[in-house]
Amino acid sequence: MSTEAAVAEEVKEKKSEPLLSKKNRKLISNPLDIDNPVTVQILGVCSALAVTTQMKPAFVMSLGLTIVTACSNVAISALRNTIPSRIRIIVQLAIVSLWVIMVDQILKAYVYDVSKQLSVFVGLIITNCIVMGRLEAYAMANKPWPSFLDGMGNGLGYGMILMILAFVRELFGAGSLFGFKVFATLGIPYQGNGLLLLPAGACILLGIIIWVQRSINGYRESH
Amino acid sequence: MENLINIGVRSIFIDNMIFAYFLGMCSFLAISKKVKTAFGLGIAVIFVIGVTVPINWIIQNYVLTEGSLAWLGEDFAKIDISFLQFIVFISVIAAITQLTEMAVEKFSPALYGTLGIFLPLIAVNCSVLGAALFMVGRPYNLAEATIFGLGSGTGWMLAIVALAGVREKMKYSNVPAPLRGLGITFILVGLMSLGFLSFLGFTL
Repeated sequence: MSTEAAVAEEVKEKKSEPLLSKKNRKLISNPLDIDNPVTVQILGVCSALAVTTQMKPAFVMSLGLTIVTACSNVAISALRNTIPSRIRIIVQLAIVSLWVIMVDQILKAYVYDVSKQLSVFVGLIITNCIVMGRLEAYAMANKPWPSFLDGMGNGLGYGMILMILAFVRELFGAGSLFGFKVFATLGIPYQGNGLLLLPAGACILLGIIIWVQRSINGYRESH
Repeated sequence: MENLINIGVRSIFIDNMIFAYFLGMCSFLAISKKVKTAFGLGIAVIFVIGVTVPINWIIQNYVLTEGSLAWLGEDFAKIDISFLQFIVFISVIAAITQLTEMAVEKFSPALYGTLGIFLPLIAVNCSVLGAALFMVGRPYNLAEATIFGLGSGTGWMLAIVALAGVREKMKYSNVPAPLRGLGITFILVGLMSLGFLSFLGFTL
């Protein structure tokens, strides 16, 4: 087949499926609910426990992770037929670190204060298993556009859990939200629960979140 | 010698990767349904940490830190390339993980099948990179770094085998249906780590 014919066929194929078809919309909505990266696929748990003592780092972490996952999904998906499977882990990590370094540089250039506060967390995105987990499980076998949506969806699903965790932990652990002292402003004397600020407390809290989520959506684990 | 034993015991119990630092949680939670597979993954992690920490120690001390390239000659004595630390460490880890994956695939296809995606994910197992970065922060020599690596791996394996043991017994208890599986496991891990907090009081 000549290249022109191949391109024509690809265009035809794209036309047959609209950009946001039902299947593609599912790629975004599933990770928020029944295919959540943290509570169902068990990916990215370490950082979910580590960065959620306050809301601000949790927010920037989820934003950075969404961008990195989506972009590296696209890059790996575009290269998927040329990567030899024997060295794929190194190739994947190289691409992920590239995107992480870019996010880091952009943060440094435009929001230097935030980047200074978060430099460690941004580096942590490299070792976040969501990025590599999605590369292995999805991008290596699918086309760039669905891979992009998959990356966005998983990033958002991760962000959702992170924000819930950080909200509860910061509010009841330290009595503030985004650093704003809620209880002190309202005039309610509140001591702050130290257990919630420990990783152990976050573990128990995450267990309860999973309980609530599964009671709502009816997802059950088969033994 | 006494010093080495101290570092070993510290890294296994007091500075346990899972219960003290919460590193390497993903595969810890996902692969802890059966003691046998948990044991297999534990051995793989011990191998990867035990090999990468000394290798990274050598790279850190003879290539990366300022002045460490002096062995190449006078001109190199002032070069400081420690900003490459992350990418160099992660490449070493990825290479060793790939090697482990090939070895497991060849010698134990059954284990390879059960571990699935979590075998390549050892590369991004935070406990591996975490151990390498802790090693940099502490004044270890090569022997101490090796013991520290092996100890951290052993601590990780101990934790995953302990959790797998508890989860095998959990099958017989009547947990509320939505909490079954991952939910109750998280709560278990929280409680186990509260128990491990008691080791923090020990000084060696």
